[in-house]
Amino acid sequence: MIRVILPPHLRTLARVTDEVSLAVDGAVTQRSVLDALEAQYPVLRGVIRDHVTLERRAFLRFFACQQDLSLELPDAPLPSAVATGAEPFMVVGALAGG
Amino acid sequence: MSSVRVLVGTRKGAFIITSDGQRKNWDIQGPHFNGWEIYHLKGSPLDPSRIYASQSTGWFGQVIQRSNDGGKTWEAPGGGVTPSPQGFPQGESNRFVYDTSSETGKPLTTHQWYDGTQHPWEFKRVWHLEPSFSDPDTVYAGVEDAALFRSVDGGRSWQELAGLRGHGTGPKWQPGAGGMCLHTIILDRSNPGRIVIAISAAGAFRTDDGGNTWKPINRGLRSPYIPDPTAEVGHCVHHIAMHPSRPDALFMQKHWDVMRSENAGELWEEVSGNLPTDFGFAIDVHAHEPETVYVVPIKSDSEHFPLDGKLRVYRSQTAGNEWTELSKGLPDRHCYVDVLRDAMAVDSLDSCGVYFGTTGGQVYASADAGETWAAIAEHLPPVLSVEVQTLS
Repeated sequence: MIRVILPPHLRTLARVTDEVSLAVDGAVTQRSVLDALEAQYPVLRGVIRDHVTLERRAFLRFFACQQDLSLELPDAPLPSAVATGAEPFMVVGALAGG
Repeated sequence: MSSVRVLVGTRKGAFIITSDGQRKNWDIQGPHFNGWEIYHLKGSPLDPSRIYASQSTGWFGQVIQRSNDGGKTWEAPGGGVTPSPQGFPQGESNRFVYDTSSETGKPLTTHQWYDGTQHPWEFKRVWHLEPSFSDPDTVYAGVEDAALFRSVDGGRSWQELAGLRGHGTGPKWQPGAGGMCLHTIILDRSNPGRIVIAISAAGAFRTDDGGNTWKPINRGLRSPYIPDPTAEVGHCVHHIAMHPSRPDALFMQKHWDVMRSENAGELWEEVSGNLPTDFGFAIDVHAHEPETVYVVPIKSDSEHFPLDGKLRVYRSQTAGNEWTELSKGLPDRHCYVDVLRDAMAVDSLDSCGVYFGTTGGQVYASADAGETWAAIAEHLPPVLSVEVQTLS
């Protein structure tokens, strides 16, 4: 199972209190993980990726295994530790303001 | 026993403030949607338990919320795990996509940007939700960048009424300081085909055929700060109010100037009269007196606070021109808040209640048509919108 950690506002929206577990068929990529996440929690559609372009919203970042994966191609394989569930895939709200 | 429910949208969540018909003791519930901007909440006139809310942030974009129990519990329509007939997950309630279909023939055009160049339409958020008079599941949404959407399934999915954005003047529309927002939607209970909307900064528009075709209704407006002060479009209309018994009579708070039309916007005349300043955002009409109008004068477009630090409501009982200062119970000094365009509302109890919220987090109420005021909430986040439901 793939582990995903959401920022607090999205946990509230999805009505989960902790990280979520997802079954992903095939290659484990940003796209397949987010597809599975939105399928399990449809309320998250449009709040991480644009509804139409499926581009990451500008103020969100993706991290895993101490790497910023935000600019990786959506179909690039995620680290094997994410694919095995050893490490979570993190959706992080950018720090903005001051 | 009558009661009122005040729906307050703020920068950091929604609050619901209730009282019985005496309107002396108030109970504050919330925040709902903690930390999110709630631009607007509004209840269905047919089913007061049905409330729609616009929830957004710069991080996560737009979410539409719906309550079926008067705001006690909320759901994002279609946000649950409910597969569509095709087997795909739903969750379309925040999908506001401009209509570029060949059927309606409205390509995604451009509008004027701050620097005068053309800029593509980009959805940012829902400013205003207006439930219909005919069906609790039908609701209109005014959005930024300016367009009008409608849902006929309780907010689950939205379709643009593209005739408005496709109006030939679209390339001349431009954003105001708050963005290019469609912030006012007025439905006419006696004429279901008629809708009046307003956009900053394009002006007011009206449809008489349910949203298929639109016409600008800005004749009589004068805006010296735009290249053509009497242009067909380009005026920064801040808000419009109407009394349901006189749907042809409209009252407008423009950027500067308070205006009145007696013919559904065909022609406007200035009724600022003796107001100490005619800049402002909020305007509303007494529930039982169609010629009694309320505004909150703000010093200027560069100083968004009341004159001399005194928060004042002004009331005209003559449909404008002659205004009376209402001050009892309002701050007399050191008050530098603003009252935004959707942050004033009235109830329909026998003694009309008037309500408004401030960017300082106060919500003021008057149970006697404005004669006396009291803060029914303080220290809230900046108030973006106030609506009132009168319950029996």
